[in-house]
Amino acid sequence: MTDFTMPSLGADMDEGTLVEWLVKPGDQVKSGDVVAVIETSKGAIETEIFENGTVAELRAQVGETLPVGSVLATIVSEQSSTEVTADSGGRATVSSGAGVKADSGPSASAGRSPATGARSEPGEPAPAAAPAVVRASPAARKRAAELGLVLADIPGTGPGTAVTLSDVETAGETKPLPTPGSGAKRGFDPESMRRGIAAAMARSKKEIPHYYLSTQIDMTRAQQWLSAENAGRRVTDRLLQVVLPLKAMALALRKVPELNGFYRGGVFEQAERVHVGMAIALRGGGLIAPALHDVDRRTLDDVMQGLNDLITRARTGMLRSSEMSDPTITLSNMGETGVEGIFGVIYPPQVAIVGLGTVVERPWVVEGRVEVRPVMQATLSADHRVSDGHRGAIFLKTLEKLLQAPEAL
Amino acid sequence: MNETAKNSEQILAILKRELGNIAPEADLDALEPSLDVREELDIDSFDFVRYIAAVCETLETDVPEQDYIEFSTLERAQRYLLR
Repeated sequence: MTDFTMPSLGADMDEGTLVEWLVKPGDQVKSGDVVAVIETSKGAIETEIFENGTVAELRAQVGETLPVGSVLATIVSEQSSTEVTADSGGRATVSSGAGVKADSGPSASAGRSPATGARSEPGEPAPAAAPAVVRASPAARKRAAELGLVLADIPGTGPGTAVTLSDVETAGETKPLPTPGSGAKRGFDPESMRRGIAAAMARSKKEIPHYYLSTQIDMTRAQQWLSAENAGRRVTDRLLQVVLPLKAMALALRKVPELNGFYRGGVFEQAERVHVGMAIALRGGGLIAPALHDVDRRTLDDVMQGLNDLITRARTGMLRSSEMSDPTITLSNMGETGVEGIFGVIYPPQVAIVGLGTVVERPWVVEGRVEVRPVMQATLSADHRVSDGHRGAIFLKTLEKLLQAPEAL
Repeated sequence: MNETAKNSEQILAILKRELGNIAPEADLDALEPSLDVREELDIDSFDFVRYIAAVCETLETDVPEQDYIEFSTLERAQRYLLR
């Protein structure tokens, strides 16, 4: 018998609220299954289990707010339930393909909690193909809780049929006398997210001796290659420019692996896999940096697809617990803001953050002549307890070199 | 361009609807059609492409990358899609 506990989904989380159980006692679970939805200051997170076995007891009730480490459920493990692989740091990791198992539809609808009157799930089983979790924006989720509405009952019009705030408002208007929610704090809460960011960044600046490097990268070849590649594609299949430096940085980490991993308890644990935390700004303020898994091993198309999915879920739907807890390095991209450089603050326990500025046209010297070239500033902030400027420089130079041969990425 | 022959008002309505999906909190009726939607509604490059893709899907058309800039204001996008 083992405990399934409230996970720590980042250095800035110390408690979470159980919003929904997607399993019930007696259900079989396998590593990577999403078993619960937990609300944090970053919104609702689909929480995975990293164990194979059978659910024995659900200890936590829907609506309860519990500190990290609290027992949520007990699991009877399979004898050799070690499909969970441990990387060098002993961190449990699962393949990026892990998700909701196909047959979780009925058990999802059976996850109603008689313990609280707040949620009144309809009794009929969901169709097997239905997603186990209702997609909804954090604001919609919060409003639905305020109005006492069940998200699953609201038709969604957002991306991937996600329930949007206006869908909830519309549903609220047609539903008379809503009963108030359980009173549990729910939804993306900008103030509490700000406090979380403040705590993590203050800790970073206090504990991590940052060093900063910067270099200018000629993006002519990358842009030419990308234009040619995108010319033959439809708008939905085109690659965004950021996927080139994103893949390149993941490959460059193979050469300087001491930038990829975690510094915990005075020891650096190098990660075997490259999970890039993508810094994503949220509408209404706030920042979240969920992981795009195994970037170094994926094709550009796959990276693009993953990025699309990740950003869309970060903004309108739901992230998974592994995405919140396992980025091994962060990328902060200025996009097309026009800002040329960013020197990021490392998100502990990571040891590095890469910053990319807007690509701008600048004079560039080529064989003694000045030419106008598209130029991108790439920066590295890294932890001096783990690496030095010399190694950081090798990383940035490798990144630059890889971007000169975009066809090989 | 495709010829499901939408008139200029229908196109504006589609543009606003898709912008509304990206920026649900925005008051699109108050948005000045000549202003850059990216600046006015704080839309980043990722969401800007998502907006263009959604409009293309609705209108069953496609837009080459170099024409993305035509979507920077409602007015420009309306004109561009009417061509």
